[in-house]
Amino acid sequence: MERRTFLKVSAAAGGTLLVPVFGNAIAAEELVNPMAIQFKKALADAALNAATKAGASYCDVRIGRYLNQFITTRDTNVENIVNTESSGVGVRVLANGAYGFVATNVMTADAVAEAARQAVAIARANARLQSEPVRLAPVKGVGEVAWATPFTKDWRTVPVKDKAEMLIAANKAALATGATFMTSMLFQVNQQKYFASTDGSYIDQDIHRLWSPFTATAVDKASGKFRTRDGLSSPAGMGYEFFDAQPRHKVRAAGGVTTLYHGAYDIVEDAKAAGRQAREKLTAKSVEPGKYDLVLSPEHLFLTIHESVGHATELDRVLGYEANYAGTSFATLDKWQSKKFKYGSDIVNFVADRTTPGSLGAVGYDDEGVPGKRWDIIKDGVLVNYQATRDQAHIIGEHQSHGCSFADSWSSVQFQRMPNVSLQAGRKKLTPDELVKDVKKGIYILGRGSYSIDQQRYNFQFGGQLFYEIKDGKITQQLGDVAYQANTQEFWNACTAMCDERDWRMGGSFFDGKGQPSQISAVSHGSSTTRFNGINVINTARKIA
Amino acid sequence: MKKLNQEDTKRITDKVLSLSKADECTVTIDGGRTGNIRYARNAVSTAGLVENTSLAVSVAFGKQQGTAMINEFDDKSLEKAVRRAEDLARLAPENPEFMPTPSGAAFKASATFSDKTDAIDPEFRAQVAAYSIEACRKNKLVAAGFFTDESAFQAIANSRGVFGHQQRTSVDFTCTVRTEDGRGSGWVRRDASDVSKFDAREAADVAIEKALRSVEAKALEPGRYTVILEPAATADLLAYMFGAFDARSADEGRSFLARKGGGNRLGDKLFDEQVNVWADPWHPDVPVLPWDSQTMLPREKMDLIKGGKIAALQYSPFWAKKQGARAVGQPGNIVMAGGSKSTAELIANTKKGVLVTRTWYIRMVDPQSVLLTGLTRDGTFYIENGKIKHPIKNFRFNESPVTMLNNIDELGRPEILAGDETPLQLLIPAMRVRDFNFTSLSDAV
Repeated sequence: MERRTFLKVSAAAGGTLLVPVFGNAIAAEELVNPMAIQFKKALADAALNAATKAGASYCDVRIGRYLNQFITTRDTNVENIVNTESSGVGVRVLANGAYGFVATNVMTADAVAEAARQAVAIARANARLQSEPVRLAPVKGVGEVAWATPFTKDWRTVPVKDKAEMLIAANKAALATGATFMTSMLFQVNQQKYFASTDGSYIDQDIHRLWSPFTATAVDKASGKFRTRDGLSSPAGMGYEFFDAQPRHKVRAAGGVTTLYHGAYDIVEDAKAAGRQAREKLTAKSVEPGKYDLVLSPEHLFLTIHESVGHATELDRVLGYEANYAGTSFATLDKWQSKKFKYGSDIVNFVADRTTPGSLGAVGYDDEGVPGKRWDIIKDGVLVNYQATRDQAHIIGEHQSHGCSFADSWSSVQFQRMPNVSLQAGRKKLTPDELVKDVKKGIYILGRGSYSIDQQRYNFQFGGQLFYEIKDGKITQQLGDVAYQANTQEFWNACTAMCDERDWRMGGSFFDGKGQPSQISAVSHGSSTTRFNGINVINTARKIA
Repeated sequence: MKKLNQEDTKRITDKVLSLSKADECTVTIDGGRTGNIRYARNAVSTAGLVENTSLAVSVAFGKQQGTAMINEFDDKSLEKAVRRAEDLARLAPENPEFMPTPSGAAFKASATFSDKTDAIDPEFRAQVAAYSIEACRKNKLVAAGFFTDESAFQAIANSRGVFGHQQRTSVDFTCTVRTEDGRGSGWVRRDASDVSKFDAREAADVAIEKALRSVEAKALEPGRYTVILEPAATADLLAYMFGAFDARSADEGRSFLARKGGGNRLGDKLFDEQVNVWADPWHPDVPVLPWDSQTMLPREKMDLIKGGKIAALQYSPFWAKKQGARAVGQPGNIVMAGGSKSTAELIANTKKGVLVTRTWYIRMVDPQSVLLTGLTRDGTFYIENGKIKHPIKNFRFNESPVTMLNNIDELGRPEILAGDETPLQLLIPAMRVRDFNFTSLSDAV
């Protein structure tokens, strides 16, 4: 689920004492100099050797240097610019069939060797309560390899001034077209991750991600009403070229109601539309509750996919490892074993992957040294697979991990996290305008809004940013106070049409939370504009004292 | 590194402040260790120990600010941190809303540290897990839980004479117990600063009893019901609402506390008269640090809601200056007055109603009315004639805590809690509330 880390970040950013929330702040010139590979290898070997000597049957070491920069603005002011760095080493071992994990920020051979020995001691203590030993699917050591997010413009080398000016330009654009207030942010992430294991892998990865959310608020003081319109950007796994949007990156929404983006983003153009649309929302017609055909735009649908398919098909949840926090899953093993559980209608196909360029979940290798791959989760509407790590693969009769193990920091233990899980485009040629033509009574929903789903990923309620009434095949006017409720199986079985691959694009979550202690992860979900028939829409307007 | 005492941190902060050439310099040192054990399927899945100490230096040249953090404490590293912060500040644009941190203030210490909590070791953690795992195995139930303990300190200082150093400890325990067939689920949460107030057996028994009682849940039609909300069921609802007690948002017309036509609703009666809420850093059950580390302002004991009226809004230093108000440290805890009755006694006084153990995945639907949605989870029961009659399926709700606090029938005994998604320490009562709005059923167990 998308947790509130984002809120914590923005709240911290708004404070007068600028305490970074990600780690150590660093000078710009030091950002682009990675740690020497031989230094990392020597540290890793110290841990691997100490663990083995202490009796571990397996050991992996993650040496991380996590760099972030975030910029927050409000109206015409830059509120905060923070560079952060966090470096350290996490050592995980298997001893007596149980896991042990210790992390340290002291990056010396002695310190990591001691961490490895402590991890073995913890594993032995845990083994007392173990009901069965951990079984790891085999992974072939890959020797010394490297992988990096493909990019053409390194965010670390773009002057801070240029970035701040871009955000302020966006804020001014929204204020000029109707917003009363405007806030915008820029999150930039670089994870330098070195993985080594007793399997014989030494993997060096350099991962880059970006996101620039904003909120335009329109206030009508006379009526006491206020409405917001958030940005329609999607976070991306790429470089700063993300902000060099060309005409080919701009997508006309159905009916031309707004501009959407694919592969690059024009924040100023989106902000300009947001100011106008936030103001229009103040007088939008309040929705009549009832059944509607919903036409869902990809930058909205991604979150529904994330919650109802992405999390539901995580094998650790299915098995009960998240029972105390993020919950279990309705997509139980018996449903998968039956080979006929209709998760969705015949046109619904979901693929999990770690390979799509530009996605948040794209990596060369996971945090167990497993290469990124692509596989089916739902095929022709039927549940056919899950997302598994090395210690889970045998449970679903597989001999290889899916490569779904990740940790959000050197100090966090790796566990099962979802890859990009995406709805495949329709096979028939269909544009968003053509999709809307067949809808008699419907609502076109764009952008991510509120979202909530039960602990087995079944009953859900979603809002959005923009809601347009569809009447007899035409988009007519903005609606307000819209949320839709359904359960996962009914919803995906109500999927009746989707646009073809020309309309396929990715949305994404930057701060997906799971686990105890809670960790965050970034992941993308692709789809084309998709239609769902007969979905229950509620009116969310309320009056308080 | 070893946990730094007050003498250590004073020496370090004085050194850092002396190194800075900026108009203003502030320093924060955070350190400590966090241990945890996580279990599921009646076995330990992970256990960890993380130790870390960090130094944050924030400087300002006029209205230009910069911040740096490091994990090293030798003289060279301290100087490096100061130079980095100063470099960043020189690159940053001026912030017209910049406010200097406060001048020297005395902080009255709060009792946030417990020797017993500080002494927790891996054996203790394993034993906490073992209690619920062994009891569940005996009862053919399945336990999943998480116990974490922290022993930490924070020191703050600035170039205007502020200095504070204090240690704190905490434990947090949650446990979900499910029946083997997955038809029943119970949950418990316990939080404390002093681990001697935590009883792992008692906590596990609560989750076990709820799990056993929750099988064969019946469906009840969605609608408005009288509900008894255990403290954990309202923790995050209240935290969302208090998150909107910001004076600036209200004054600018973008919060539920904005007054139609302009201004805010300070002094307005928005809740039932039984609602009394305050913040108190020195409260013996939920003590928190006596300062707000973001602003370095002292926290104060202050009413937030008194007799149902809005008693205070929170002002940032900038907004306080602009509006002629006084800024104080943001609260770290929320205390809500209750009664003396246990949840069982509240149930005994209920003719028809729904008992809610826990709420889940709460999100803001409409900030104008603080309309929140979320679900019940891990133990939802139907009450008739003062007794729990049978378990019921979980509900989705769409409800505003403002409405909820207007519909209070009776309040129970307050309990110590940490919310799922709030940093606030809470001491809040169980509540019996009329007309709570359940909008759909959830089949999830």
